[in-house]
Amino acid sequence: MNLIGEKISYKPDEQFHLNDVSFNFKKGNLYTILGRTLSGKTTLLKTIAGLLNPDQGSISFEEKDFIKIPVWERNVAMVYQQFINYPHLNVYENITFPLEQRKLSPEQIKKDVDEALKTVGLVGFENRKIQELSGGQQQRVALARSLAKKAKILLLDEPLVNLDYKLREQLREEFKRIFSEGLSQDTILIYSTTDPQEVMELNGEVIVLDEGKVLQKGPAKEIFENPSNLKVAEISNDPPMNVLKGSKNSKNLNFENISLEIPNHFKNLEDKDYNFGIRASEIKLDENGEEFEIELAEISGSETLLHLKRGNSKIIALIEEVMNFKIHEKVKINFNANKFYAFGEDEKLVSSPYGGTNG
Amino acid sequence: MSKLYTFLKYFFITFWTVFVVAPFLWAVSTSFKDFQSVNSKVTYIPWLDFEPTLEGWRVLIKSPAKGGVDIVEPYFNSIFVTCTASLISIVLGTLAAYALSRFTFKAGFVRNNDITFFFISQRIMPPIVLSIPFFIFLSTIGLLDSLLGLVVVYIVLLMPIAVWIMVDFFNRVPKELDETALIDGCNPYQAFYKVVLPNSIPGLIVAGMFCIIFGWIDFFFAFILTFTEVQLLPVKVVALNSSITPWWSLSASALVSVAPLIIVAFIVERYLSKGNLSGALK
Repeated sequence: MNLIGEKISYKPDEQFHLNDVSFNFKKGNLYTILGRTLSGKTTLLKTIAGLLNPDQGSISFEEKDFIKIPVWERNVAMVYQQFINYPHLNVYENITFPLEQRKLSPEQIKKDVDEALKTVGLVGFENRKIQELSGGQQQRVALARSLAKKAKILLLDEPLVNLDYKLREQLREEFKRIFSEGLSQDTILIYSTTDPQEVMELNGEVIVLDEGKVLQKGPAKEIFENPSNLKVAEISNDPPMNVLKGSKNSKNLNFENISLEIPNHFKNLEDKDYNFGIRASEIKLDENGEEFEIELAEISGSETLLHLKRGNSKIIALIEEVMNFKIHEKVKINFNANKFYAFGEDEKLVSSPYGGTNG
Repeated sequence: MSKLYTFLKYFFITFWTVFVVAPFLWAVSTSFKDFQSVNSKVTYIPWLDFEPTLEGWRVLIKSPAKGGVDIVEPYFNSIFVTCTASLISIVLGTLAAYALSRFTFKAGFVRNNDITFFFISQRIMPPIVLSIPFFIFLSTIGLLDSLLGLVVVYIVLLMPIAVWIMVDFFNRVPKELDETALIDGCNPYQAFYKVVLPNSIPGLIVAGMFCIIFGWIDFFFAFILTFTEVQLLPVKVVALNSSITPWWSLSASALVSVAPLIIVAFIVERYLSKGNLSGALK
């Protein structure tokens, strides 16, 4: 009864948009697809919706060959990153549109639409024109239309990306609530995003996609704690995880003329060259630390992002207060050695502070 | 600064209004004159300057046997040919434009843009180039000097305009709108007429207006492809001109000729001024 995709490839031009993608989505679960722009997220969702036909591979749902069923008979719902609604219809008519298309009874339609309007918080907006609504409200209408359909597969393609920061935070909170109470156990929810924070907050099963390929699958916590390779570590962290080329010997970790004491989880590691990974948040300002040069300081909200340089290495440190720095100034920082990752020279995870060593 | 701007603004608006409206008023005034009032001296205002007469207007509805030039029949011929050809052009042109905007065509080196250009290239050629082929074509299928033949020729002339305008319009309607309609349970035909078409009304109005204008004002093909059986208004109006130029009836016929366009412009203006053209979709 699952939505199963096997070895799906889509290559409309020189490049693979999807390359050998397989998945097994179970009903009642939330799946997030994490990847940078142009990684194939939208293509994957459109393939599931039926708007694109893959060149190779199969999709089946409830034991039926999904590819043979045209879009309009698949009973899926999709919310786009652009706010797509029917401009010639008002809010209420927008939400009833798919229901009337399925020829439900007027009583049923009214009940479903009222419920959906309540869920997304748009009661009282029924007769508004779409053009009169703000971006956030337009996206709520699109979401309400998808919810009212009670589709068995609900696809959300970066639904928050075009909203401003404040609204995004607010809607993200609401999404969590809507997903937990507004959906039946019969629904498969697939949510694509570029934002690692959304993935962690939604806390579903994650598929990390890059250049059309699946890099890693697993629960959000697992992706965060044990990214299987450098690419995943980069994609699943914002700012991306810092990478420092260095080596380990029996006593120390060495990189850029810095020696650190070996943390416990590296004790059993072979002595050789590694790519060490450390999150921006695990770097602190410290009078007794190592000297780095500031290349750029960005203040975002209540935090400061410091772009630092030493030798050939460039790193980003996340300082949890607003501070003013001068460019080219020297600062001293300290690394939290217990949170170091080690990736082999083939970029695969060798050791993680959370115990993962999946190669 | 803003005062000067306001002054210039109103100055140019006034200037332009006078520039556009004066010839109309002149024609209105002239249409009520007779030979003597036109040729004696410059006169403007009826009753004050000259004695108005309805002779210029009467000539237009009198039968030729009574010394008139009956433009009633050509008038309805023109309305029929223009409306029929415009309607068919809009229907076919919109369908063609939708296909060109949404689907990818490949035939050898020919792509969508080439097909669109092919349509508009029909309008790039000077009409005179097309006149002989059209003449031979119509005489071969026996439609020379007939309303149907004119409708066929006008469709050829008007459809490129409809295609050109509608392709541009559909390209600005996001593809995701059609996709959403498909996902919401419409088959491709329903997606077109339930979602895309209702959102294309401003484009349809503009395309329709251009078709009507270009169809209505055509003189060249109406002149070449008709003789005695069927006549269109522009040809008849020009035919008024004899050894003595009858300025009064020429003015009257010019006024009744532009009347339909003015009416269309006033109807369409409501839609244009509402900002519906750009505001319907972003």
